[in-house]
Amino acid sequence: MINLQTFGKAGSCRRVENGPAPNANAVRRIVPLVAAVVSATCLTGADWLQFRGNDVSGVSALSEIPTTWSDTENVAWKVDLPGRGLSGAIVIGDQVVVTASSGFRQDRLHVLSFDRASGNKNWERQFWATGRTMTHPKMCVATPTPASDGERIFAFYSSNDVVCLDLDGNLQWLRGLTHDFPNASNSLGMSSSPIVIGDTLIVQVENDAESFATGLDTSTGKARWKKVRPKKANWTSPTLWQDGDSTALALLQSSAGIEAVDARTGETQWKFGDGASTIPSSVVTTDALLIPSNGLTAVRLGEKVDDAEGSPEVLWNDSKLGPGTSSPIVVNGKVFVVNRVGVLQAADVNTGSTLWKLRLKGPFSATPVAAGKHLIFFNEKGDAQVVDISGAEGEIVGENSVGETILSTPAISDNEMFVRSDGHLWKIAR
Amino acid sequence: MPIYRCSFAAAVVFSMLASVPAADLNSQINAIRNVSREGQGNEAAAAAVRALSEASANDLVQILAAFENASPLAANYLRNAVETVADRQLAAGKSLPNHQLEAFVQKRSNDPRARRLAFEVLTKVDATAADRLIPTMLLDPSPEFRRDAVERLVAEAESLGKDATDQAKQIYRKALSGATDSDLAKKISESLKKLGDDVDLVRHFGFLTDWRIVGPFDNHDFIGFDTAYAPEEELDFAAKLKAKEGEVAWGEITTTDEFGIVDIAKSVAPHKGAVMYLATAYEAAADRNVEFRFGTPNAWKLWVNGEFLFGRDEYHRGMAIDQYRVPAKLKAGKNVILLKLCQNEQTDDWAQRYQIQIRVCDPSGVAVLPVNSDSKSTTSLKPSKSRSPRLTASVEGASE
Repeated sequence: MINLQTFGKAGSCRRVENGPAPNANAVRRIVPLVAAVVSATCLTGADWLQFRGNDVSGVSALSEIPTTWSDTENVAWKVDLPGRGLSGAIVIGDQVVVTASSGFRQDRLHVLSFDRASGNKNWERQFWATGRTMTHPKMCVATPTPASDGERIFAFYSSNDVVCLDLDGNLQWLRGLTHDFPNASNSLGMSSSPIVIGDTLIVQVENDAESFATGLDTSTGKARWKKVRPKKANWTSPTLWQDGDSTALALLQSSAGIEAVDARTGETQWKFGDGASTIPSSVVTTDALLIPSNGLTAVRLGEKVDDAEGSPEVLWNDSKLGPGTSSPIVVNGKVFVVNRVGVLQAADVNTGSTLWKLRLKGPFSATPVAAGKHLIFFNEKGDAQVVDISGAEGEIVGENSVGETILSTPAISDNEMFVRSDGHLWKIAR
Repeated sequence: MPIYRCSFAAAVVFSMLASVPAADLNSQINAIRNVSREGQGNEAAAAAVRALSEASANDLVQILAAFENASPLAANYLRNAVETVADRQLAAGKSLPNHQLEAFVQKRSNDPRARRLAFEVLTKVDATAADRLIPTMLLDPSPEFRRDAVERLVAEAESLGKDATDQAKQIYRKALSGATDSDLAKKISESLKKLGDDVDLVRHFGFLTDWRIVGPFDNHDFIGFDTAYAPEEELDFAAKLKAKEGEVAWGEITTTDEFGIVDIAKSVAPHKGAVMYLATAYEAAADRNVEFRFGTPNAWKLWVNGEFLFGRDEYHRGMAIDQYRVPAKLKAGKNVILLKLCQNEQTDDWAQRYQIQIRVCDPSGVAVLPVNSDSKSTTSLKPSKSRSPRLTASVEGASE
């Protein structure tokens, strides 16, 4: 387990416990990344700062989440939300932040902060969408999960509005990316969740008409870089990679494959050009990137690639490991993939060899998260299945329902899990 | 530092910040209103919002007044300032200027966004405000106010017994007069039909139903979107045009669909890899600003009186009423509307729709009908020969 405390910038005392299986290589990779993410603000408790957590792994190795819960058991609180949302919650110190969208045209954008302990609302801010708000009925404008650098909140919406607030809800800056680039939109909706790498917010605005990715200065919202991306609808989210003190890379996935760019300059470092899914996103292991491409393809990370058109070495590929909508997750040397018919497959992360399979009750949109030895899967009906992955085979050890449609990925922090529907936000904890 | 000294210092600071001098207020508002594309002015706007958030409750109406002609970006900065001031006042147990806020809401010439925000602030402290104000807002410039008023009337009609048919019809008719959202208009229309009344939704929404049409031109491998075929050079309805499958002539297409959908696949042919042009004439009573509102699953371009307004290269990602909003200026008299509608080559079942739904309305969504419209048709089929300048596919300068 990784328990990195009192590291990062001088004065930082936040504990971060989110990361993949521990080994020296993993720590070497994660320390500079998270140090860059975490601010100098002194807050207590572990954070979950963006989609799939601080290092975009979806793993909270230290946490122990209850395997069962109900209205009367292990639900610390449940609060009403003012609008729809497929976005996940994020946890920043003592507050839990979610976004929502409301109104007949979903053109009212909400950012809400709740007290982590009590569920009381700290503040709410609303904005008007400046871009198009049409989405597929299953989606909504508040689909991307917000991100934070520990000092600021970056809320992003399908309308391509980006709102930056401080932790008290004071507006720092905003951008209307469709307002600025009028053909940047997708009539089915946009879902890519931004991530923070150092002092840059990585945003993918990829669609059939005006497709780009941009790195926004977290302090002003101005673009450090903007680059043209494949002109095809894309719902995947960026992930990140840094090896030691090397350049922090944003890994941008699309139908064309993966483009690894310097997070601060946007300069392309290498490309993987064999195509990739436009829905589930890639996940990083200690030294490889697992790409939903031709099933699942592992490529080696950390080695010098000669030029921007060069590709990293392909380590393995398995056409039977293709994920459905949920992104794969890596825990303790295994990759876990849920396919389109709801079968969970565990495979060796070094070889791609399937270790076991377990049928779950789907369908799934949410990406699973890991807490200690458990994977938590929410299906679209709101049924959660808790799978113990510590044995030779996976075992369902808990089945619970919140009774509402769940399409969002939960957040985990300090033995607490936060999950939201269109109408509510729950804190699951003992 | 002793506690009393802290408190005194805080009180002094608070008193300094409790109200913003008028000159400062104006400069801060100007800083916000100057925010522009690509983050230009963000730092100054953020600083101004921080300063404005310390304004007094009495400054709220002035901040709300600054919404007038503010860009969507500036409006969001101003909104945050208003919310912050109001929340701070309420958290401190202080009052808000209710009468000023209500007067601001009631003045319809004020910015609709600002009026709605003022209303939302007001209703936090005045539980009777909605009941007092909303019933008067059926024909309001704000779509949100109209919606609230229409919903109240629909609920009232629905609550009536079966023996109150005439009264229900009357209330539904009144509700329809304010309905600009498609879900409510559809619901009211269906209710009226059940009560024996027909509703002309084409006229209600201002759909354009009658067009000239020509094609198909070539769009294999998506080449058609950026290729300027003959109708982009000149609209001559008598001309024979070289097209994808030989010479073609202008024909006519008319829809009787309740929601004005012009269906090329059904009414003409299920062309694939094709470009079709549609043209019509719209007779405006006077020079005025309008919005063209579209729904289509196909790529499209729009010209009005030879001026390119907007284009979008997206296929089969869904279709909805008012999916796109394109502001335009109409001149008094005849206006020539030219549409380019592109179909791709996908063979999937879900990628066969070739259709468009287009209407002319004001910013609140109320139909703007041409002067020659009747209950059957909203546009003329007979635009005269019209020469267009060479038209560019660039979206620069287009707005939505």
